Amino acid sequence: MSNLGLLIWEFLKTGLFAVGGGLATIPFLNEMGMQYGWFTMETLSTMIAVSESTPGPIGINMATYVGYSVAGPGGAVAATLSIVTPSIVVICVIANYFQKFKNAKIVKMIFAGLKPAVVGFIAAACLNLFVSTLMHLENGLGSGIGNLFNWKCIFLLAVLFAVKRKFSKLHPIVIIVAAAAAGIVFSF
Amino acid sequence: MKVLLQLYTAWFKMGLFTFGGGYAMLPMIQREVIEKYHWATEDEIMDYYAIGQCTPGIIAVNTATFVGYYQKGIAGGIAATLGVVSPSVIIIGLIASLISNFAELAVVQHALLGINVAVCVLMIEAIMNLWKKSIKNIAAFCIFAMALLLSVLTGISTVWLVILSGVLGILMSKAGWLKHE
Repeated sequence: MSNLGLLIWEFLKTGLFAVGGGLATIPFLNEMGMQYGWFTMETLSTMIAVSESTPGPIGINMATYVGYSVAGPGGAVAATLSIVTPSIVVICVIANYFQKFKNAKIVKMIFAGLKPAVVGFIAAACLNLFVSTLMHLENGLGSGIGNLFNWKCIFLLAVLFAVKRKFSKLHPIVIIVAAAAAGIVFSF
Repeated sequence: MKVLLQLYTAWFKMGLFTFGGGYAMLPMIQREVIEKYHWATEDEIMDYYAIGQCTPGIIAVNTATFVGYYQKGIAGGIAATLGVVSPSVIIIGLIASLISNFAELAVVQHALLGINVAVCVLMIEAIMNLWKKSIKNIAAFCIFAMALLLSVLTGISTVWLVILSGVLGILMSKAGWLKHE
């Protein structure tokens, strides 16, 4: 099979078997690199870093990058379409049934338990981002309070929070663009 | 056709301004999908997240497909999904061909740290909104705390936590601790 064909096959598999979001695809990418020699582990970690620092869902960014590095622009498109195809099929089927069964008593009971859990998952994602953005844990707990926190970031957090409270209609995009500009201007 | 185009452009916009995974997208979804287009309620988005978490694929894509499907069937699901992935294809394509050391550039790192602070602020706000609507009693709080602590402190797969909370949902509803209507 050509590289493009293999790429499509591998990403269809990844889309079908990686459960739990973008980061769950990393082991699959790892295996692709090893099996076909498409990229080294080092290149993969660069690709992950770029995927984290560019717009877009991280799982899609990684698929696009791997596809591009294996087979150019066509590979990027092929890998991306392949990884989303199983999702589209599975979700359309589930969405169809969910509509029929969502008013069933047992389904309502299940989702009464899932809702607070999802708030917990979102809070966990936020907490992880909070620690990695505002703290320098790599300095160690003994390094003193001054070195443990990223004070510029904490100051920006307070400012953005105050602005968002005062002007609640502000679009999230405005906050994101302003924060990126602040990061560049004040060399975060 | 108009709705398909709206689905594509709205999800394109959300893809373009999401940094990180599917949950970081929540503030954008609240603004665009819930407030602007009224394609779903907050409760429904929570349902889609829960289902998207334990079905295969990227959570942001699963959520986009859900929203699109309920507006315009399979074509709607495809339009929303293509919208959310298009910015990635364009941006990564440019970066991969032009700037291989993108992630190491100082200006990128500075901007990204600023953006991460913004995402923290937006997510805290989103969580405060959800909190008021979803955590109304002790039983709901216990499930919230369990999901939060186990996700942060252990490497246990979220899929198991989803299944566990579903079971707890049934048991606690039967016991009358959770409201399920």
